[in-house]
Amino acid sequence: MSTADIFAILQGAVTTASLSGVAILLGLPLGLLLALTRWANIPIVAPLVTVYVSILRATPLVTLLLLLFFALPNIGVPIGAISAAVLALTMNTSAFNCEVWRAGLMSFPKDQYEAAQSVGMQAGQRLRRIVLPQVARACLPGLVNEMSLLIKVTPVLAVVGVVDITRAAVRIGAETYEPLPPFFVALAIYLPIVYAIVCLQRLTERRLARAEAE
Amino acid sequence: MRDFLVVWSERALLLKGLGNTIVLSLAATIAALVLGALGALVLMTTKSAYRLPFAGFVDAMRCVPFLLFAYIVYYGLPSLGLNLDNWSAGLAALTIYNTAYMAEILRGAWVAQPADPIDAGYAFGFTGLGHFRRIVLPPLLLSAAPVVGNQIIQIVKDSAFLTVIALPELTHAASSIQSRHYIPFAAFITAVLLYWTLCLVIEAGVAAIGRVAEARR
Repeated sequence: MSTADIFAILQGAVTTASLSGVAILLGLPLGLLLALTRWANIPIVAPLVTVYVSILRATPLVTLLLLLFFALPNIGVPIGAISAAVLALTMNTSAFNCEVWRAGLMSFPKDQYEAAQSVGMQAGQRLRRIVLPQVARACLPGLVNEMSLLIKVTPVLAVVGVVDITRAAVRIGAETYEPLPPFFVALAIYLPIVYAIVCLQRLTERRLARAEAE
Repeated sequence: MRDFLVVWSERALLLKGLGNTIVLSLAATIAALVLGALGALVLMTTKSAYRLPFAGFVDAMRCVPFLLFAYIVYYGLPSLGLNLDNWSAGLAALTIYNTAYMAEILRGAWVAQPADPIDAGYAFGFTGLGHFRRIVLPPLLLSAAPVVGNQIIQIVKDSAFLTVIALPELTHAASSIQSRHYIPFAAFITAVLLYWTLCLVIEAGVAAIGRVAEARR
């Protein structure tokens, strides 16, 4: 295994990080939007969202990715490997984020919402100034946990040809007939990334527990 | 619609894939639960010579993507002289990986258990493994059931990753139907619906266990 090989795996790391980053940035507000439609119980849309979330939570990312990558061009929507990867990751993570957001919204104290109503705040104002700041803080540990889960499913993107960390390592292993060294380089990249997110999650949990104790 | 008829004509392949997914997930669930229960015991012991290495293993597994771990087991072990076919490698990877998660889940539930019945068990003369199996474990499994259920769904979904080491599970079957007839939408939507059904069955099972737990309280 040469320096160039290690460099190739690092390049895969850039791909993994940017795809995960985009999916996280898209999935957080999208999950909130889905949760809000269920929370507000919007007719027709809310039950559809419920079914959508239930199906997506049960679908393995590989299956979803293969479906998008092969079926979308078939019905006339051209899609590349990268866009299919981002779309699959975003759909997947937004479904899980929706459940986290929804749990937060459900446990939001009703008296505060009514108090905001009684001082004459509009619906948008109530949401922006009263509900969201508190719910976001309560949801943070769950949302961060979902980020670590997201990174752990990214190696699947290789099935449509995205060269991420794992794919780069597999390729080098096949060329050198020594699969273990590149895998350990890959491990050495994943471990600190995911561990940092897990630590961030514990930190947010502790801060939340302290805030609630006060 | 015609595409779905083609999928129907290939139902034998799809059902075999579904059967393999179920067998694989079930075997991995049972093995990971048994090993994870023993693992929880190790995580709760005061002897750090046992606890620390296993806690390190659990933390490591929680940071490794399952697919990378499966690759290491499948491609890596032969270079250590251990040759596994894709079935044993896939099952081993699923079991070892989820043992760590089950151990951590059961440990979390154990910490939240009231101490009195556990102490009462010692007072009645239960010790060691017998105490764990008869006193600690039953309420533990009942209270941890929802989280364990989520992890079983995770196992079902992780088993789909094993398509990359050519294990003939559900996603692999859908993949071969799609490449044979070029009907991606029908093939993968059918697979998605079958996964969904599996998860709904697991959730119903967890809800039933929850009712038993509620009745026992």
